[in-house]
Amino acid sequence: MTVWGKTAQVTDRSTRAAVALRGARLSYGDRVLWDGLDLDVAPGEFVAVLGPNGSGKTSLIRVLLGLQPLSAGTVHVAGGNRRIGYIPQQRAIDVSLTLRGRDLVGFGLDGHGWGVGWRNRRERRGKVDAALESVGAMRYADEPIGLLSGGEQQRLRVAQALVGDPEVLLCDEPLLSLDLANQRVVSDLIDARRRTADTAVLFVTHEINPILPLVDRVLYLVDGRFRIGPPAEVMTSRTLTELYRTNVEVVRVRDQIHVVGAQHVCEDEPHHVADEG
Amino acid sequence: MENFFDFRLTVELLGYVQPMLIAGAVLGLVAGLLGPLVVTRKMAFAVHGTSELAFTGGAAALLIGIGVGYGALAGSVIAALLLGLLSRRDSDRDSVIGAILAFGLGLGVLFLALYKGRAANKFGLLTGQVVSVGSTDLWLLIGSSVAVLAVLAFIYRPLHFASVDAAVAVARGVPVRTLSVVFAVLVGVATALSVQLVGALLVLSLMITPAAAASRVTASPLKATVLAVVFAEVSVLGGMLLSLAPGMPVSAFVTAVSFFIYLVCRLMSGKRERVQ
Repeated sequence: MTVWGKTAQVTDRSTRAAVALRGARLSYGDRVLWDGLDLDVAPGEFVAVLGPNGSGKTSLIRVLLGLQPLSAGTVHVAGGNRRIGYIPQQRAIDVSLTLRGRDLVGFGLDGHGWGVGWRNRRERRGKVDAALESVGAMRYADEPIGLLSGGEQQRLRVAQALVGDPEVLLCDEPLLSLDLANQRVVSDLIDARRRTADTAVLFVTHEINPILPLVDRVLYLVDGRFRIGPPAEVMTSRTLTELYRTNVEVVRVRDQIHVVGAQHVCEDEPHHVADEG
Repeated sequence: MENFFDFRLTVELLGYVQPMLIAGAVLGLVAGLLGPLVVTRKMAFAVHGTSELAFTGGAAALLIGIGVGYGALAGSVIAALLLGLLSRRDSDRDSVIGAILAFGLGLGVLFLALYKGRAANKFGLLTGQVVSVGSTDLWLLIGSSVAVLAVLAFIYRPLHFASVDAAVAVARGVPVRTLSVVFAVLVGVATALSVQLVGALLVLSLMITPAAAASRVTASPLKATVLAVVFAEVSVLGGMLLSLAPGMPVSAFVTAVSFFIYLVCRLMSGKRERVQ
């Protein structure tokens, strides 16, 4: 276990959680994003983080990555930030960029290390190949990355996050701008990883339906209020009406959940950890 | 004009220009190694802006009577730091460069107007002047180049990561902003060195053109870097040798060779894309 802050390594056998937040508070000046947040994510657990824009979903990811200090409370992440895999949303990549899929995946392994990185090249190549193989991206691993489709690029993103053998996987809208088939492929890859390697998954999304069958628990954030629980408990008219403090209707159609009522319940605004100061 | 490509004259002159060739080879290496990162980070305009400020520094040095090389170095490092610190967001960068570049050039023109020395020195700052590279200049050039390459080797991997995939690099704890300022300074030093060889107006032919050509023919960062070094060396050394017999400015030949390589690479990549 690693504690962000002064202490580098603290072993705590009483908490076996992959991610543990205790009394966590995040505020910018007077604006409180969330307060009193207690969250334990067990190894292998899939937690969806939902909420309108500005509710602090991406800030939560930044806190877990160690990029944003908490205003109060503590945060523990198993293995420290070197054992966190991070999957961002798909974004347009310049077609002329001098980069192949295998280079992108390689960055996930040791891109943060100093030096040129010529030592252990053979071992490195083996790990990158294995990660590419695991997401079925071998066929286009040597193509210029800008020429690949959005779905192919996101598979590479998954491989990039998995190549470091993470204990925690932080996904920030990884399905955004993908078609349904590719949403399925990418979310199934993430699901397979947590089942085979017991990796904890925190999945920030504005749209729960593509991942609904995979989700163990939901963290729903609205204007500083939040609820944590299984989808069946949180995604109800009563709970969401309380959270939004306005009349919200949750409609179940076949296996899908539709939230009707609050104007700002659904949003598509792209955002990113790097964009916030 | 009859001795434009006089081989015997070229061989005779070789002995005199050996320091210049060494300087050229070192610059080709530095420019070739930095170039692909400069192109990836879309810093062509920043390089141009930095080289104009190297001109300003060189002009100031002429005026107060110190080595032009030191003046150019000071000018472009100050420029690189200003660009790195003032343009925190990509969207700002072009306008910040434009503003600094214009002011710097104006200052340079003023310094040259006040300078009462040889007119050739003035023109040389803009278009290249390596008639003779003195031994002091050569050691300054080699020392600065070694320093640039040593720093580059240390920061290469996270810098490359940050250049192509900033969002994930930030998430992995790479100090993206600091690296971009450090890289701007490296580019500034390399630019100042190139200014002495090809002049402020033509630095792009060493820093950008070879890397841009390489990126047309390969998607592998390693191959692109190797090719960029080869292209830069061929441009610099080839351009220098070609300039000997006609006694014309080096920069004209260096830019011609590097542009020719660029055209060939574009044609090749055009064919490759149609095949796919």
